[in-house]
Amino acid sequence: MRWEALYFAVRNTKLLVGAGIILVLLGIGVIGPFFIEKPPSEYVGMQMQPPGAEFWLGTNTFGQDLWAQFVHGLRTTFLVGALGGGIAAVIGMVVGFLAGYKGGWIDEILNMLTNIVLVLPTLAVLFILNAYIGVRSAGMQALFIGLTQWPWAARSIRAQTFSLRGRDFVDLARLSGVGSGRIIAREIAPNMSSYLLLTFILLFGGSILIASSLDFIGLGPTDAVSLGLMLQQAHQWSAMHLGLWWWFVPPGAGITLIVGALYVANVGLDEVFNPKLREL
Amino acid sequence: MRRYFGRKLLIYGLTFFMAVTVNWLVPRLMPGDPVASMLARARVAQPEAQEALRVYYNNLFGFDLPWWQQYLNSWGSLFRGDFGISLWAFPTPVADLLTRAVPYSLALLVPSILLSWVVGNRLGALAARRKVLDNTVLPVSYVLTATPYLWLAALMAWGFGVVWGIFPVAGGYSFSMTPSFTWDFFADLLWHWLLPFSSLFLVALGGWAIGMRNVIIYELESDYANYMSALGAPQKLIRRYAFRNAVLPQITGLALQLGVLVAGALVTEIVFSYPGLGSLILAAIQNKDFFLLQGAFLFIVLGVLIANFIIDVVYVIVDPRTRVGMAGAAA
Amino acid sequence: MTLEVDDLRVYYRTLKGDVQALDGVSFGLRDGEILGLAGESGCGKTTLGKALIRLDGRMKHVGGSVTLDGQVLPIGEDAKMNPYRFKQVSLIPQYSMSAMNPTRKIGRMVRELLESRREKLDLDELHKRLELVELPKDVLGKYPIELSGGMKQRMVMVISTLLNPSLLIADEITSALDVSTQKAVVTTLKGFRDRGFVKSMIFITHDISLTNQLADTIMVMYAGKLAEKAPASTVVNAPKHPYTQLLISSLPEVGVRYADKRLTGIPGNPPSLLKPEPGCRFRARCPLAFEKCAEDPPPVEVEKDHVVACWKAA
Ligand SMILES: Nc1ncnc2c1ncn2[C@@H]1O[C@H](COP(=O)(O)OP(=O)(O)OP(=O)(O)O)[C@@H](O)[C@H]1O
Ligand code: SF4
Ligand SMILES: [Mg+2]
Repeated sequence: MRWEALYFAVRNTKLLVGAGIILVLLGIGVIGPFFIEKPPSEYVGMQMQPPGAEFWLGTNTFGQDLWAQFVHGLRTTFLVGALGGGIAAVIGMVVGFLAGYKGGWIDEILNMLTNIVLVLPTLAVLFILNAYIGVRSAGMQALFIGLTQWPWAARSIRAQTFSLRGRDFVDLARLSGVGSGRIIAREIAPNMSSYLLLTFILLFGGSILIASSLDFIGLGPTDAVSLGLMLQQAHQWSAMHLGLWWWFVPPGAGITLIVGALYVANVGLDEVFNPKLREL
Repeated sequence: MRRYFGRKLLIYGLTFFMAVTVNWLVPRLMPGDPVASMLARARVAQPEAQEALRVYYNNLFGFDLPWWQQYLNSWGSLFRGDFGISLWAFPTPVADLLTRAVPYSLALLVPSILLSWVVGNRLGALAARRKVLDNTVLPVSYVLTATPYLWLAALMAWGFGVVWGIFPVAGGYSFSMTPSFTWDFFADLLWHWLLPFSSLFLVALGGWAIGMRNVIIYELESDYANYMSALGAPQKLIRRYAFRNAVLPQITGLALQLGVLVAGALVTEIVFSYPGLGSLILAAIQNKDFFLLQGAFLFIVLGVLIANFIIDVVYVIVDPRTRVGMAGAAA
Repeated sequence: MTLEVDDLRVYYRTLKGDVQALDGVSFGLRDGEILGLAGESGCGKTTLGKALIRLDGRMKHVGGSVTLDGQVLPIGEDAKMNPYRFKQVSLIPQYSMSAMNPTRKIGRMVRELLESRREKLDLDELHKRLELVELPKDVLGKYPIELSGGMKQRMVMVISTLLNPSLLIADEITSALDVSTQKAVVTTLKGFRDRGFVKSMIFITHDISLTNQLADTIMVMYAGKLAEKAPASTVVNAPKHPYTQLLISSLPEVGVRYADKRLTGIPGNPPSLLKPEPGCRFRARCPLAFEKCAEDPPPVEVEKDHVVACWKAA
């Protein structure tokens, strides 16, 4: 099974293209900052320089190096996406597994909770939380995003768990006295591992998009640069009217590229795992 | 059907209750005297208003009362439509600011949501039909859904507004105009509306197209489609059925996407300095006007709940299964 | 002869190569004849049924021909096959429960289906047939979800036979039913044949004893090939093919279905159909196998209407 998946994985263009783009950008974000001596907020040169040999992405109205910001921003954006998506996935799994496996009143309550968080408009909740609590590190931002993004994942994991619960191998484990936690960890979760991976990828992408919105309305991390914050500053300092397209085009393109690549890789992975979707 | 609506309304009621409670609780969790610290942090427009505001808010919060009375009072003022007074736009009541902004937000949101949904569904159905279309519609749709709303808005504002100068890039209407019921003013409104609307529309479009394509492909492989094919029914009829049935999960999807769409509209408004809730929220955040922020929060929650309910009603009208009293609608 | 199938070959395309699920099957069906098709899971029964009405995307018509009422059916060409479907060949699917569009009222669906085939809906006739299967007229104004499982199945049986097809294919339509309902379905199908709603029928099932109640002739398949075909009583009482013999002897009392996965009575598994070795496909499990069985046994008519593909029986 695993080898078969690998066989299809290396032949799936969507997966290869998506994963390739993500790896390249991730590489820039992880390794890039080591090659840039000065912090991204430092005023390093002439103001409003268009992209060139010295400053690859030009400089802004303060003379900050936009390439430096972009590289550091990529790192933050990946971090917030992975962390936020990860937290949401974990909560979604806990809620989904519990509700789906236990059923009964636990399911009723969790289901109600899921539905409530699901109808709450995420961004509105986030701006209230963020504005009041005011701690705005990238990690904190990711935590808040994770806390609001889990419901749909919980819902679909619940449905899958529900259908797995009735299978023979789960019954067998239950009859032989294995505890719920172990059954979920040993029997149910491995059986939907591919699905969980796909869910995480979608949450990853979604978290990046939400983070960019939060950054943009001024609720981004205060201790870091992110692609969203670059967009926010570009807007705040009228980059558009000054014609400084290099200030706001690259960060937005970066976000679109990451999220798009994640989605495309997701479709590719789906085809790899799900034989029905494979084309002959 | 009774049960279906009963359950939905219970969830919406609980959600609203929670939203109001959180809204009441959060300021009280802040250390120290919340009114004093909020006033200290805020950028109040008129310094001489500080004292008046302090008295007013101490009154409103009623800290000398027991907590449950404070809590009940907050519900009371909510039902009276009293959201307090804005710090940033003193002495305008928060409710006034919000009701002035809401029409602009709705004017962006409603048409862009409905139109993107309709067009996206058509596009997705077409893509499911022809390989050529699938190979073009699908990648474009993925790029669109991956685009942050604010970035497409910025690109369009820059391209059409700054570079080519064919559209205005800021405001709900020209500064030289005064709002009135004239054709000129209406045309001016439309002119300012078009770009933010288009960017919202485009980003939302991709998701609907992808969703419809996937659902319709699934429908075309369903048992009833196979049976009809085996009986020699033309593809046209089968596609009609499949489309009709695929629309149902897309309606549920609309409810699920509302939060994202609203968020998209808020940031789009900010990019275009469009005088809706988004710009108001930005001002509230920048000026630390927490009362305005809280009011906006409740408005948005209420709006989303109402929209959810409308979608539920539409679903029941469209899906006969919910009407004959059986399950069928998603949770 | 209503139906004439000659050396029919239908394969499934897969990444690993072609699955030879139907590998040279020939048989005929007379007017008014009901053929029961039996055999282990995976032997190609469904494949044969589908081949006669609609190939799915992975199936390809490799060879052989199908003639119905003197016309050669273009089974390999989906679009060309359309005019024959429903009118000449029809099917009652296994999935009757979900065969009707859930969001259309049944009556409207039937009308739209007929209109799309340029047929007028004869409402009186429809009502008569509904009555025959004991469905009230007002089911036409209902959605499928409002019908019970049994009602849905009867409704589908009525729809499928509405245009009096020459050949009706019923694939495993009784598998999910309890015994008394199975009997009712069998009776209904017989009634359809006796009233001339359908000329001939292929009834696919796991349950030989049920087949015996309905079918005039029984055809047993093994691994994509015909093993034995004879009048029902002959197959049950005097089978000649070793596989059929094992099948019949392993049968529990009448009315009890044999395990639907694997026959416990016959040790071993059917061969892979991906690249089957030449020779009799039953060889590995056959108690009578000998050297000659390394060659393909051709189907031989050992007595009138009794065809067996086995070197020992010939
Ligand atoms: N889509 C497919 N792709 C590849 N092989 C297939 C496919 N469908 C069926 N087969 C193979 O073709 C052979 C015949 O399948 P078929 O469905 O006709 O069997 P059957 O006799 O109807 O079995 P059952 O009694 O279980 O319904 C089997 O070996 C099966 O593995
Ligand atoms: S041909 Fe040989 S192997 Fe095949 S059934 Fe007859 S005896 Fe057995
Ligand atoms: Mg079958």
